[in-house]
Amino acid sequence: MDYIIDVKDLRKEFTSHSSRSGLKGAFRDLFTRNYTIKTAVDDISLQIRKGEMVGYIGENGAGKSTTIKMLTGILTPTSGEVRVNGMNPHKDREKFVRSIGVVFGQRSQLWWDIAVQESFRLLKKVYNVPDEFYNTHMADVIKTLAIEPLLDKPVRKLSLGQRMRCELAAALIHNPPLLFLDEPTIGLDVLVKLKIREFLKEINAKYGTTILLTTHDLSDIEALCERVIMLDEGKIIYDGALQQLRENWGEGKQIQFLFTEDVFMNELQELTKEHLVVWEQGTNASTWTASVENDEEIISAVIGKVVAAKRIADLKIVEITTEEIIRNIYEEGAVRNG
Amino acid sequence: MGKYLEMIRIRFLMMLAYRTNYYSGILIYSINIGAYYFLWSAIYGDKPSIQHLSIVQMTTYIAVAWMARAFYFNNIDREIALEIKEGKVAIEMIRPYNYLSMKMMQGLGEGIFRILFFSVPGMVIVYFIFPIQFTSHPATWLYFLVSIILSFVINTQINLLTGIATFFLFNNDGLIRAKRVVIDLFSGLILPISFFPGWAQSIMGYLPFQGISYIPSMIFTEGFQGSGVIHGLLNQALWCVVLFIPIQVLWATAKRQLIVQGG
Repeated sequence: MDYIIDVKDLRKEFTSHSSRSGLKGAFRDLFTRNYTIKTAVDDISLQIRKGEMVGYIGENGAGKSTTIKMLTGILTPTSGEVRVNGMNPHKDREKFVRSIGVVFGQRSQLWWDIAVQESFRLLKKVYNVPDEFYNTHMADVIKTLAIEPLLDKPVRKLSLGQRMRCELAAALIHNPPLLFLDEPTIGLDVLVKLKIREFLKEINAKYGTTILLTTHDLSDIEALCERVIMLDEGKIIYDGALQQLRENWGEGKQIQFLFTEDVFMNELQELTKEHLVVWEQGTNASTWTASVENDEEIISAVIGKVVAAKRIADLKIVEITTEEIIRNIYEEGAVRNG
Repeated sequence: MGKYLEMIRIRFLMMLAYRTNYYSGILIYSINIGAYYFLWSAIYGDKPSIQHLSIVQMTTYIAVAWMARAFYFNNIDREIALEIKEGKVAIEMIRPYNYLSMKMMQGLGEGIFRILFFSVPGMVIVYFIFPIQFTSHPATWLYFLVSIILSFVINTQINLLTGIATFFLFNNDGLIRAKRVVIDLFSGLILPISFFPGWAQSIMGYLPFQGISYIPSMIFTEGFQGSGVIHGLLNQALWCVVLFIPIQVLWATAKRQLIVQGG
């Protein structure tokens, strides 16, 4: 068994009915309904090796959560093959779920009214974790996440950041080889985020835990994942190293000019016609951004020519951020060289 | 098995987490028993017995019926409905246990808590205030014990059915409330089954509800004798088995629906 997650042509369709408008429409809906089929996940294939940390990103409604639900066995796929930890998640459910840990950022899996340690104790029994292992392993987890003082508090009295750390600990009680995190850092402050990231890196290094992470916060991905899978309208549009994504897409630099007077696009284009420059207007007619190749000569030449002809108040050279790269990809809908 | 026992313990802790609920529970049970005692003593007046039950037997019947109710009664139908509406069932599916068994264990934890902390202290209070006769036959106590366990199973199965129905009905608050009234009335909690008109009694003979309250209470008050006791217990056991079937069918369908539609 090479891959810990092996998915082939996975597809999920939902049928939903659309209501007709008006009173007459509502009556007609009583007898016949319009059904529409929506494809949430469209024939995706992916393989993940043991020990990888993979970021799974996409816009809202791109099919991330649906994929996670199919991989954890909550949803059955419409078609396609899924093998996770060498098992089919739907057959043999009880055995399968012992081999995974799941954290849903938006849903708690701890018991609301009782102390955190009681939830842990119950989960320990549920997963049949031997005492010895529990004591050493959990002591470690509790220490790293700094949740010791929270253990005797009921979950309802915890703040979001405190609860999230406890959720993570709860998902790791049975030390699963595979961890799914669905937006684990949603709504958390920077310090808690950092702590959680550090912790994830640590368990990945220590136990070789494979982690599949969905998030909207790209700094999570930058900090943790070497590989990203990008999803758009149910299709994988990029699967590869984060570094490569930056190289292919973030190759250029942007030069931001603030002129002392209004300038026009054709003037600027005329000035820099020898080079490949894309001019974009900023908030008003005196701010302009030039996107150029990452080449010292070109940058110098463009700046030199513009500054020689126009008076400027400010000048800034910036690298394109991952966030912009991803926005560009979504706008174009496909990946170059990719 | 350990996980199921642990769940009972957790439920105990949850019940203890809310003290006000606990104290008001004792009060409500005592008031209910008292109210029914005064109502029945007014109805009895000078009559020595109605429908072969003496006033002392009747009072004992009421006290025992309420004590048994503390054990079999639980809100798991409401909880299941809530968990379905909030989409928490999806999380239950990623746990290595059977959801329905776990719910049943939670109900049992609640029942054991109530009988130990509501009913027993409540009964001690009631025993000193009202004329109640506790049987001295150990066999009756034993039969009663078996009987209330079966009544717990029947009631919980009905609750599971009502709860799972949320998968199919968008909002089943009405069903849950109706079920509660039906059980209180047809189980013999408010009125012993033998007080209903003959035609109603014969209909109720085909329904599972009398197994919830009437049979255990009659066994305890020794309103059932000899073969009557065995007959009652068999009736309860039969319903436990029969109700198991629709639950499995409904749950399998519900699970498919959950799996197809998503959390």
